[in-house]
Order: sequence, then C-alpha cells, then structure tokens
Amino acid sequence: MENKKAIVNELQQKILQWEGYKAPVAGVRPLLGLGPLEAAFPNGVFPVVAVHELICASTEQAASSGGLVTGILSVLMQKGGICVWIGRARRIFAPSLSLFGVEPHQVIFISLIKDKDALWVMEEALKCGGLTAVICEVKELSFKHSQRLQLAVEQSRVTGFVLRNEMAKLDSTACTARWRVSAMPSADMNGLPGLGYLRWQIELLKVRNGQPGKWTLEWQNGNFISVEKELALVERKVG
Amino acid sequence: MQKRYMVLVFRHLLTDELALRRPQLKDVPFVLAAAIKNRMVITASSPLAEAQGAFTGMAVADARAAVPELLAIDDIPGKNAKLLRLLGLWCIRYTPTVAIDIPNGLILDISGCAHLWGGERNYLKEIVLKLRNAGFDARAAIADTLGAAWAVAHFAKVSPIVASGMQAKAISALPTAALRLETELLLKLQKLGFRTIGPLLSISATVLRRRFGTVLLVRINQALGKENEVLTPIELPVAYMARLPCLEPIRTAVGIEIAIEKLLSELCLRLQDEGKGLRKANLKCQRIDGRKVQVSITTTKGSHSVSHLMRLFKLQVSKIEPALGIELFLLEAPRVEDMETVQDQLWAEPKGLADTDLAQLLDRIAGKVGAAAIKRYLPSEHYWPEHSIKKANSLTEKPTTAWPTKPRPISLLSPPEPIEVMALVPDNPPKMFIHKGKRHQITKADGPERIGREWWQDSGEHRDYFAVEDSEGRRYWLFRSGYYDGGDAQWYLHGYFA
Repeated sequence: MENKKAIVNELQQKILQWEGYKAPVAGVRPLLGLGPLEAAFPNGVFPVVAVHELICASTEQAASSGGLVTGILSVLMQKGGICVWIGRARRIFAPSLSLFGVEPHQVIFISLIKDKDALWVMEEALKCGGLTAVICEVKELSFKHSQRLQLAVEQSRVTGFVLRNEMAKLDSTACTARWRVSAMPSADMNGLPGLGYLRWQIELLKVRNGQPGKWTLEWQNGNFISVEKELALVERKVG
Repeated sequence: MQKRYMVLVFRHLLTDELALRRPQLKDVPFVLAAAIKNRMVITASSPLAEAQGAFTGMAVADARAAVPELLAIDDIPGKNAKLLRLLGLWCIRYTPTVAIDIPNGLILDISGCAHLWGGERNYLKEIVLKLRNAGFDARAAIADTLGAAWAVAHFAKVSPIVASGMQAKAISALPTAALRLETELLLKLQKLGFRTIGPLLSISATVLRRRFGTVLLVRINQALGKENEVLTPIELPVAYMARLPCLEPIRTAVGIEIAIEKLLSELCLRLQDEGKGLRKANLKCQRIDGRKVQVSITTTKGSHSVSHLMRLFKLQVSKIEPALGIELFLLEAPRVEDMETVQDQLWAEPKGLADTDLAQLLDRIAGKVGAAAIKRYLPSEHYWPEHSIKKANSLTEKPTTAWPTKPRPISLLSPPEPIEVMALVPDNPPKMFIHKGKRHQITKADGPERIGREWWQDSGEHRDYFAVEDSEGRRYWLFRSGYYDGGDAQWYLHGYFA
C-alpha cells in the first residue's frame, strides 16, 4: 500500500514537470504572502512561470482584479523588474500603483482596442525574458491563444495575467489558474468613521493540480493579510 | 497658400570660384575657355576681363587682341553643376526645397519661409549679402512664379521683389530672352520686332500658338502663373545608406525580404565598425513603373543588430506594393546615435529599463500597432488628478520627484461621469448615488479632500473628493464640483478603487 502511494506521488511529480511546472528549490524565492491561498497551488508555491486568468464581470471587479495583480506584482518586481500592462479603452491610473508598492514608472502601458492586437502584443511580450510580468485586458481568451501564451511563458519564465470580462463564453483554457476577485465591505475599525483596509473575496475557480477554494484577503500596509487569521488573532487577544 | 519663389543668379559663378581658390587671380583679367569647333572659345569671363571687353562666346584669340594680358584657363566641363549643388546644399538652411537651374542659377521655393527672417526683403538681403561676402556675384529676385522670378533676377535693373499677382507688370518691360526661350525662337521674335515681353502679352493665345508653337505660350503662362512648373529639389545626402540594384525586377515578399537582409547586413557592419546604432531607417524601393514606395522603421534605442532590424522590417514588408517589380532598393539611416558597448553579463539580473531586449520588444510593438499606443508615465508636480502624470519622453527617463502617496483610484474615468447624489447634510459625503441608472447605497466614506484648480493654468471650480464604499464593498471616487450652493452643485464619479 505504502509502495503504491509512493509510486503515485512520483508519477504526479513527473506529470507536473511535463506540464511545465518546475519544482521550486526551497529558499530560492520568498513566498508571496498570500497566506492560505498560496497553499492551494501545487507544491504550496504561487506559480510564477504561468499564465493566470482573472475573470472580471464588471468595471468594479476589473478594478479589484487590477489591485490584486498589482499587489502580487509588488513582490515579483522587488528587484527592479519591468512590467507591461496591455489595457483597452479603460485607463489605469498610474499613481495608484505606488499604493501597492509598485513603482509606476517601471510599468509600460500599451493601450489597444482590438483583442487580436492585444493578444499578439502579449505573446511577444511574454517571449521577452527581460520582463517580470505581463498583464493583458481582453474580452475573450480562446483555448488556442491560451496555449500559445503558456508556451511563451515556459521559455521566458515571465508571469502572465489575463484579465477578461466576457462572461458568456467561459471555455476551458490552458491557463494555470482561473481567479475571480470581488470587493468586500471593509472591516469596521472599532467604530471609527471612514474606509477600512481594502478587502477582497478571492475565488480560485480552477487551479491545475491544486485545490480550488475561496478566501478573504486584506491589503494592509503593503502586505496581503488573510482575514481569518486576523480574526483568530483578535480572538486570542480577547481570550 | 500662395507659392513664392526666389531665383538666385551667379553671374560669374566659375570665375568667382576660381578667384576664391587662387587669390593671385584677383587682379588679373582671366577667362575660362574650352575647345569648340577647333578654336578656343571663352565660356566664362571674370568681371575684370568683361570690363575690358572679353565676353563669353568670343574666341580667345579675338579677346587677346583687345586685352593682351588676358589669361586663359581650361574649363572643366560639368564644374558649374557641382558648384551649384554645393551652393544649393548651403541654401537648405533657408528653405527645404532648393533646385538647381543650369547653367548658373538656383531656384528656392520660399513659400512660408521668409517671415522667419523678418519678411521677404530681409530674407533676400540676408542670402545675397552672405553670398556676396563669400565672394560670389549673386543676384536674386522673388515672385509668385518661378518664371517671373527668373526673368527679374536675370534681366531687371530695379526692385527684385515682385508683389503677389503683379507678374505681368514686372516682366512686360523685360527683353524676350527673360522667357527662357531657345535661341532660334528668340531670333525669330527679334526679326518680327518683339524686343520686350509686353507686346506678346496682348496677343491672343491662338495667334501666338500658330506663329511660334506651344513653347512660347507655355513659357508665358508659366511666368504669369497660369501653368504649373515642377521643381526637382536637391536631396540632402544621407551619411549611412546602402543600395542594391536588381538584375531582374523583384515582385515577391520573399525577394524583398532577402534584399532587405542584404542591405541591412551591409549597413549594420558599417555601423558596428563605427560604434553607432540606428534609430530610424527608410527603405526606398524604386519600381520599374518609375514610382517610389517607401517604408520606415524607428527604434527606441540605437541598434545595429541585423536580426532585430530584420524583424522590424518584416512587419512592414506587407505595406510595400511591388506592382510590376522593384529594380532598386535603397536603405537609408537618417538618424543614428553613438552606442555604448556593453559587456555580456555572466549571470542574468533584471536589467530594468536599460535592457536591450525590452527596447527591441517595444520596437516590434511600435512597428505593429504604432508608437502612440505605448506609454510610460512619470509623476508631474500637480495635485489636479488629470495633470498629475506626464508621459515619459524616453525609455530611460527617471522621475524627478517621488510618486504621491495619497490614495488614488486604480482606474480613472476620463472625463468624469456625472451622477445624481443624495446627501443628508450639505457638506457631508452623500448617502446614495445613482450612476448609469444604478443605485449605490453608501455605507462608509472618507473625505472631503479638496483639490483646487491651478488658476494660472485654467479657470473653473475646485473639487471636493470623497472615497466612498457602497453596501457591497465596491469603492468609488466621487467629487462635487464647486461649493454646495443651494443644492445645484454637480457631482461626478471619477474612478474605481481596487
């Protein structure tokens, strides 16, 4: 029985490698600080060499997704990397990125109207090893296109994020993970007036070889804080 | 716009130039002579020789009878064209369109240029004085048409500037030779007693055509501005260029790509030797039907990499229409810059914005979707949200001030969208707002943050900004334009927070 489990485990590891996952060497890259969310991914590490797909049905959801991606970017771009943000008509306001710890002048914005152009630019950008991440806002992402993006990523080791807003066609794609981010009411700050920390509900709808789930995260002073943990802390203090 | 032309005449072009090169000729009467029909004929004579009676067209032997100490120097054929080209290139500082007028003139299209020198009179004075100080006996005239300017420059004794539309008056007193006619036709006119242009203008066109052919009519019309005349301007030489003539006309995309690759490898080798990088390249294709097609590429950072430039050109190949075939390819690099030689790194670190790969990527993107789509922002020292960022001019430009740390929405609407609000107390944040027909119940709000107009730039109301959160947790940036004033202040939605 033990023997069988070991064989299955070994086989799983091999499949991961074939699918483009490389087992991260311990201590090479710090965790992203996504808390329990990170544990949902294979090997318990946020896959950097991958294309992530974020679904945003409304403008508000797109803004939330943008915020989450920027928060992740701040960790990825710590060593002064460059990021390309391919947007459509809606404009990302550069100064807001500095709130998430990203230097806005390290981001190159490319505004395109057609999906076809945007995906072409994204594929070219993903092939460029000098970049840290590429973010692309499109309407739709076909299976074929997602495969092309995944192939580009495997060679250059750049992280790709696709923000898509066409909900009607949610076919399967070759992306590593499918996320949905929505804003949540911020916590009451002991009865003080005003807004609390940014709080999102993050759903991992699909993760390849991982555990889909639902989490609530807050952005506090440049870090992601898992809200459950926070609550537990408060309870302990009270107790 | 009314066209204006200036014609420059160098009356002693060749002798002036010779006197400049050999100062000892300054006080000696000398002529340039060439062998025509077995005798030495004067082709150009210096002002001093002319004053003593040795004119162009005389045999040197005849002239020596009048001026015994006359010095005859062999004329080099084609010299005047070369000289005029050099003078023409010098004149490009005054106007972009300069053409050569063999044997001794230059034609400048000065439309829209003269006001930079404070009017046509100053413009003309500036050019003529500069040329005279340099040692050339130059005369000039300005008119609406090339023909009139030519006539006035060569033959008029009075004012060199012909006012707009006054060509007929200006040329009517000038001799018929001012119409740029063949010698035969001039003799014919002279025989019939036409010594000046004036009488010709009063004769009807049909009669003139029957008598003298169309040439005379065309010349008169050109001088009066009834017919257009085309200039062939001098083109500035490009320092970095490569050319590839083809034995057979090229018509296929593959053929064009091979040609571009050949040209690029030739040009890049040279650029590499000199430590330069190309910033802009034009590919000119001369087709066998006599037309030119041109495509160009630009790079954000100097490059002499054949493979990179080839990829940029590949995106443009589809824009080249070969028609019947291309017989000559010309690759020019009008803009080059010095390149730093970079040592290869042993291990890869993120190189940031100075990365060559990144510059090449942006070049490719610019080639496909246009350079206008690519933007990078730097902070600008303004509180007004729309003015708080500016576009970076280059890829390596660094921010001069820190990025502001005030909370700003991740996506900004431009322009702000009007909303309807309901507030309990006038200066408090609203309790509810309606945007695009949808009600949003506000539960939490921060603010107001008042941002005043920059009165030295634009006038208008200030804005009071509120960051609000609705019952579902979505966060918005709202503002009221101006003071609360009896309830008619307009509210706007300006952005979405993450």
